[in-house]
Formats: sequence, structure tokens, C-alpha cells
Amino acid sequence: MTSESFFSLLGRLTPQDISFVQTFENPVMSEFIDGAAGSVLVIGMITTAVLLTLYRGWKTLWFDWLTSVDHKKIGIMYIVVAFVMLARAIIEGVLMRYQQSIAVNDPGVLTPDHFGQLFSTHGSIMIFFMAMPFITGMINYIMPQQIGARDVSFPLLNAISLWLTTAGAALVMISLVVGKFSTGGWTAYPPYTGIEFSPGEGVDYWIWSISLTSIGTTLTGVNFATTIYKNRAPGMTLFRMPLFCWTSLCTSVLMIFAMAPLTIATLMLALDRYAGFHFFTNDLGGNMMNYANLFWLFGHPEVYILILPAFGVFSEVISTFSGKTIYGYKSLVVATMSIAVLSFTVWLHHFFTMGQGANLNAIFGIATMLIGVPTGVKVYDWLLTMVRGRIRLTTAMLFSIMFLVTFVIGGLTGVILANPPVDFVAHNSLFLVAHFHNMVIPGVLFGMIAGYQFWFPKAFGFRLAERWGKASFWCWSIGFYLTFMPLYALGLMGAMRRTVEWFRPEYLGWLQASFVGALLLFSGFILLIVQLIVSVRHRDQRRVPAGDPWDGRSLEWSNSAPPPEYNFAVIPEVSGQDAFTLLKEQGKAYVSPDTYEDIAVPKNSIVAPVIGVGAIALGFAMVWHIWWLVAVSFVIIWGAAIARSFVTETERVIPASKVRADHEAWLKQVRDCATTPREQEDTSTNVGRAEVIA
Amino acid sequence: MRRHQELTKILVRSSGGLLLLMFSAAATASNGFINPAGPIAEELRDHLIFIVMVMAVVIVPLFIALPWTLWRYRLGTKSGSYQPKWEFSWPLEILIWGLPVVIVAILGWNLWHQSYELDPYKPLAANEAPLEIQAIALDWKWVFIYPEQNVASVNEVMIVAGRPVRFRLTSGTVMQSFMIPRLGGQIYTMAGMETQMNLLASEPGQFRGLNTQYNGMGFANQKFMTNAMSQADFDAWATKTSTSKPPLNDAAWALLAKPSVLPAPQSFGSVAEGLFNGVIASFTGGHPHMKADGADL
Repeated sequence: MTSESFFSLLGRLTPQDISFVQTFENPVMSEFIDGAAGSVLVIGMITTAVLLTLYRGWKTLWFDWLTSVDHKKIGIMYIVVAFVMLARAIIEGVLMRYQQSIAVNDPGVLTPDHFGQLFSTHGSIMIFFMAMPFITGMINYIMPQQIGARDVSFPLLNAISLWLTTAGAALVMISLVVGKFSTGGWTAYPPYTGIEFSPGEGVDYWIWSISLTSIGTTLTGVNFATTIYKNRAPGMTLFRMPLFCWTSLCTSVLMIFAMAPLTIATLMLALDRYAGFHFFTNDLGGNMMNYANLFWLFGHPEVYILILPAFGVFSEVISTFSGKTIYGYKSLVVATMSIAVLSFTVWLHHFFTMGQGANLNAIFGIATMLIGVPTGVKVYDWLLTMVRGRIRLTTAMLFSIMFLVTFVIGGLTGVILANPPVDFVAHNSLFLVAHFHNMVIPGVLFGMIAGYQFWFPKAFGFRLAERWGKASFWCWSIGFYLTFMPLYALGLMGAMRRTVEWFRPEYLGWLQASFVGALLLFSGFILLIVQLIVSVRHRDQRRVPAGDPWDGRSLEWSNSAPPPEYNFAVIPEVSGQDAFTLLKEQGKAYVSPDTYEDIAVPKNSIVAPVIGVGAIALGFAMVWHIWWLVAVSFVIIWGAAIARSFVTETERVIPASKVRADHEAWLKQVRDCATTPREQEDTSTNVGRAEVIA
Repeated sequence: MRRHQELTKILVRSSGGLLLLMFSAAATASNGFINPAGPIAEELRDHLIFIVMVMAVVIVPLFIALPWTLWRYRLGTKSGSYQPKWEFSWPLEILIWGLPVVIVAILGWNLWHQSYELDPYKPLAANEAPLEIQAIALDWKWVFIYPEQNVASVNEVMIVAGRPVRFRLTSGTVMQSFMIPRLGGQIYTMAGMETQMNLLASEPGQFRGLNTQYNGMGFANQKFMTNAMSQADFDAWATKTSTSKPPLNDAAWALLAKPSVLPAPQSFGSVAEGLFNGVIASFTGGHPHMKADGADL
């Protein structure tokens, strides 16, 4: 085989596309950074492989995790993906802040092309591969347990969703080493991202990674919504569900309706690029305004897809750590539903500046401000939940309080931006960048970190070290203000987003302050990792086998920590809101049931990993025009799906005797546990059995 | 425990103050709309401050009530009563729904009127007819054509202080966004379409303008200076340019249309007829699918 025909097997891929080769051929700082990032990825993967081999972990990884369809394991894997992607995207954020802080009348260290890739991957990752997997993982882990279910409605579909999202994330990671990513930002507006202006592989990486995850997310939405509608325990009426379930429901419905326009928009852009179509080109009848409409028809509900589950977490955390039932439960439900509906009526505010008439802008501006009403109600409902409670400032609670404070500032700037004329001056500026970080960092990330701190003991059986958690909290909080408040000021001073080099000396101090803030945010992330390592090392003093370390209120706290794979030995009967608190007050918690039954749980399946690997290959092959691999991976994906339909034995039965033995053993252990008063929550006396105050 | 509460309180208070500090600090700096040089930017700044003041009605109470609540109802205190089942109160409910509704109603009423009043397409009230300038966005430069004077300038625009300017805008490449921050807002420019923007500089001066929509490698360099001058100076400039500068013909246009960052502004003494409309038509096959205010192009 000649080398020429060998390379044609690789489509458009050439050795020069490998980032290390680029660094070698063009040894400048920007390329070194790119090469180093690629090296970290490759070394990280090799290290993981070596460690897995050394500790004989491959079997466990395959049988207990990768092929598992247990919603709890899938949830944890989603969150692992989120953390890995967070690590990359936060470093990219710091790098961009560094570049800008030194690039006043100076080109800095990054080339415009590298900078363009950085803001595109940073945004795409943070939204699609950090925030989305984080909320999906959180809902996956918690929601079925809160409604008293044994799993989601479609466990295998759940695993496929995970693998599709992971495949998208993998493509973004591959672009670090092979080829370049898009410079079109996370919104990828054509015509800039069209083939005429962005001929390389970058936009294709964006298209296929986003398409894969958007399909995965649509399936997730269907799965969660069905689970909540159909799998609730007896007595768990909709209006007895914990608020996290309500927000999960709203998010799922939004996922079902909002992901479709995105999938369509990315596929239409792909047709433009691959097949010479003219949906969004400058000429021959193309119109990029249609892309903006489709993208934001997804993009705005997306904001609420992300933020609503975090609202749910805050509701649970604030209620639990105030030792009090939530204030205005129905009010919060109504507010959540209103936000979900209104989120579909405001997308035009992302392009007030496109030249449409004042009446259209005014209507969408007012619709946007309307969302402020239910959101404001929620903020005050959370405050009133604390009133007349007994507040414990744990790490999860601190993040929730900092959210309240910071979020209203973001709400204020949001109302400012909702005003079309004012948006004309703030649009595309750093003021806008500051605004959406001000919503998404406290609103989504703080929520997810709070949820992680709150539910970690449930998932792994031991509490996280509060001291490190609080240190991390202060870094995140102070870091947030130091990073983004200067960006508000810079925006008002006329500084625009996505700018690689500045020509205004008065920006310098603000940009430097912002860079210091970014370092603090990064420290916050590092401290979370330190907290995890410290907690794992000292896990024996921190175990909570009884499963209820925080005097929890909903059903997930009524089982062991970690829970059995079937969640509940016997499906609980629910008699009201705060289901587990009621059981504890009535003395019905930890009571042996009269009878046990066989439990059927879904069997492991290799279908999801096969589809996932097929999806990575498909995406990669499309990016590089390797048509034979496109065909092969397409056949693998659909072959796996079709083959699965012939599998008839998809469940395995856990006999009642085994369930009884395990459950009774755990109940005995719980009865032997001393109860813990709330004052000693963070001491080794807390083994997960709460003192009942009522 | 107590130390954290104290720190939380400090942070809560400083964050509110910080925001106000930002506004005032930014105002002294020279290049944003927060330091206006024309009536539109001035109105926008006033709207911004008005919104902040109205919103303070819901935000300030939270900044006061939150630390107070955290302190009063902390675990281990004797001060606040503990009522774990307390979950509703009609008066509070009416307040927390009612207040935001009232505020959104006030802001919404304002927003409606401001949207019409500050519509960028709306001609500005003035005694004289506006100066018309056609702007074409290219990679990575701005071309300004003065149809009355039949001259053109690149990466530099001349306007008359005190006289409204009517910009008609389009793009010869990807979507961009035209903005002169100290004079007012921005509007997208798109190939095959025309958008408009009416602005006014109150006094002579120099104001930076730019493209705010990312369009590739030269994005950061795509700036232009707006020179607001007296009518006499403007006329003198136009005359001088038309006599001393080369024409903007097909060859010159072909050079400009190539993606590049120009080292210095340029000007042209005459402009090929119908250039602006020609650029629009080049994308629409002569059938513009988007017309400005219904008029034929």
C-alpha cells in the first residue's frame, strides 16, 4: 500500500493535523500551550489505563460501571464527565483571562486563532459538557429515589443518553490533539461558520459533538418525564413531590421541546457545509437570521433547563439545613411552571439588534422581564423558608446563600438587558458576558456543587470534609466577584467580548483584577478535588451507613448510604409532603416490613457502550470525511440497536430472601446507631441517624 | 459557625455597594455609553440608572433580610422561635407576588415607550435634514460612503456635530454589528440586507466605533474613529477628499473586499455609482429579499 492511498483511508486527516506536530513545526508560545494541553490529555489517559491495569480495575470498570444501566451509576458517571470537562473549561477560562490581562496594546501569548478556539470550546463545554451532564447526573441519581422508584422508566435508553453525551464530549477532547476546534463561539453563528468563511474541520467538530449530545439530551428528557409521570410510589401525588422533582419535571419537558430546534439547526448547518445547501449562506436565498431564531429557540429554554434543577437543589438544601418545611411549596411549583412556559417566549432578546421593529422588541422585552416575577418569588420563598427555622451553615448551605445574594445581582443586570434600547449598548459587550456568568455560576454551578456536597454521603456512604468544602466555597465566592464585577464595568466602558487584544490603556487594571479572580475560581476547583481526596482517605471516620446524615426530609434519605441497587427493599407508602420527615415523626422510619418480594432489576448491557463508541467514530469520521468509517460506524450503531430488540431476557431477579437478609441487616445496624443532634453534624458521631426533634 | 455568618454578612453588603461603585468608576472612563457624547447615549444611561433604582426596591430588602435571618434563626440561638411546620402566610404571599408584578408593570410600561422612542430606525428630531452615510462591513474594516458628497472613507467616519446622521448599513461578508458606544447602540449588518441607525453627536469630538460581532482573526483590530466636526469643517473635508483622493472603483473595491487589517484609514475622492445597493444586490441576485422600511432599494 502506498502512503498516498493509506492517507486517503484517513480522509482529510494528515500528520500536520496532530497538535504535537504543529507545536514541533511552529514552536511559538500559543502552539506550546496547545501542545501541552494535548499532552495532558494523552498522559492522563495513559495514566488512567496504567492505574486500571495495576489495580486490576478493568473488570470492575466494565461490569460495574460502563455496561451498567443502574440510574445511580449512570448519574455518577455523568457527574464524572462533568468534572473532567469542568477541569478543562475552567483552565481555558483562566487562560483567556490571562491573555486579556496582558494584551493591552500587546499581542499577548495567544494567537487570534487559538483564542477563538478557546472561547468556543470554553462556552460549548461549560454549557453542553459540564452543566448539562452535571444536572442530568444529579437528576438521574436523586429523582427516582425521591419519588420512591427503583429506576427510571427506560434504563437502557438512559445509558445510551449518557454514552451519546460522552461521545460528544470525547469529540471535543479529540479536537485538542487532532485538528482544530471551531472559532465560531458556542453559538456558531453562520455565515461565519459556513464553509465559505470557516473551511476547516473546526466547525464540523462543533456540529457533531453538539448534535450527538442534543440527541442524547432529548432522550433523557423523554426518560425523566416518563419516570416522573409513571413511576411514583403509591401516595406520591404530584403535589407531594419534593421540589427537586418538580424542577426535574419542568427541565425534562423543556429538554423534549427545546433540543429539537438545536438538533435541526446543527444538521441544517451540516447540510450547508457538506452538501452545498443554502440554508444559512449569504447568497442563493440563504438567511442566517433563521439560524439565530432556531438556535435561540433552543438557547433560551436551555438556560432554564440548566437552572431549574439547581433551583430544585437549593429548595432541598435550604429546607433541610433550616430544619424546616419549605415555605410556599405551591407558590414555588407555580413559579417553576411559569418559568418553564415563559422560557419559550423570550428567545428574541438574544438579537434585539437584528433590525426588527420596536413593537417586536418591546413585546419580547416585556416577556423577558415577566420571568423576573416568578424568579423573584422563588428568591423570597427561599428566604422565608429560613425564617423560623434552625439554620446550619454547612458547605451546601453556604453555596445556596451565596447563590441568593449573587443571583439577584444577575437578575438586576438581566432586567437591564431585557430593555431593548439598553441592550443595544450592552449587547456583545463584557457586560453581557458578566451577566450570563452571573446567572450561570451561582445559578447552576453553585447549585450543582451544593447538591454534590449534600448528596455525596448518600451516594458513597461517607461525608465530605466540611473544612475543605468551606475553603473552596470562599474561593468560588470571592473569585466570582473579583472575576466578573470588573467585566460589568468594562462592558459599560465599551469593551467587547471575544477580543484577543485591547487598545485602551484604561482597561488594564480591571482586566488584571479579573485575572486574579479567575485564579481564585481555579483554586476553588482545586480545593474541591483536595476535599474529595482528603475525604476518601479519612472515609472510615466519616461513614454514614444509616443513610440520613443531615436529618433529610425526602425519601432518598430513608434508605442506606450507598443505597442498594434496587433503591427500596419495599416501595414506600407516602402520606404527605416531606415524606421521610413524616415517617420519622410518626415513628414509621426504619420499621421492618411484613413481607418482601422478588425484585426484578435490569441486566447490564453492552448496547450503550457500543453505540457510544460507534457515535465517537461516526462523529470523527464525519469531521475528517472518512467515508468508509462513516458507513461502518453507522452500521454498528443501528446494528446494536436492532440486535438489542431480539434480546428478550433483559431483567434479572433478586430473590426476596436476599432482599430480606440485606435489608434486615441494615435495619439492625441502624437501630444500633446512636442518633446525632444537629449540633454534632460535622463530627464522627454522625453515622447517618438523625435525632428526631418533633 | 459564627465567623462564617459574619463573613457572609460582610460579603452580602459589599457586593451591593460594589456594583454601584462599578457604575461610577466606569462613568469616569472615556469610552462607553456610560460617558455619553450624544442625546441617545445619554438617554440610555439614564434608563440604566432608572432600572437599577426601581429594582433596588426588591433587591435591597433581600440584602438586609438575609443576614438578619441567618443571624436570628441560627442553630443554637434562643432568639428566634422555631416553627418547622410554618409554610404559608397570605399577607406575605401577596407581598412577594405583588411587589415584583408592580415593578415589572412600571418597568414594562417604560420599556414599551423607550423601545419606540429609541428605535434606531426612527429619524431624530432636528431642524436640518440628516446626513446620510452608507456603511459597509468588510473583513476587517468599515467602508463609509457619503452619497451626497460622493466621497468615501475607510476605518474612519466624518460626521457633523449637532446634525443627525442616518446610517444605512449592510455587510459584504459575514454578519457584523456596528456601534459607536459613546453615541448610542448597535445594529447588525447582514449581507443582502439593509439595516439602519440614527445617531447624533452633540459636540465636536472623536469617538471610537467598532464591530462587536466576532468575525475572525482580525476582529480585535476592526475599529474606526468617528470624527464629529462643524458643518464647515465637514464640507472642507469632503471637498479636499474629492479633489485629492483616488476613486473607489472596482479595482479599489476588490482590494478592500479581501480579508485584511488596514494599517491606516483611507479615503476615496469618488465612489462607483450604486456601490452600496450593488453590494446588497450581489447577494440577492438583484432581488433583495429584505427591504428597509418597504422602500425600493
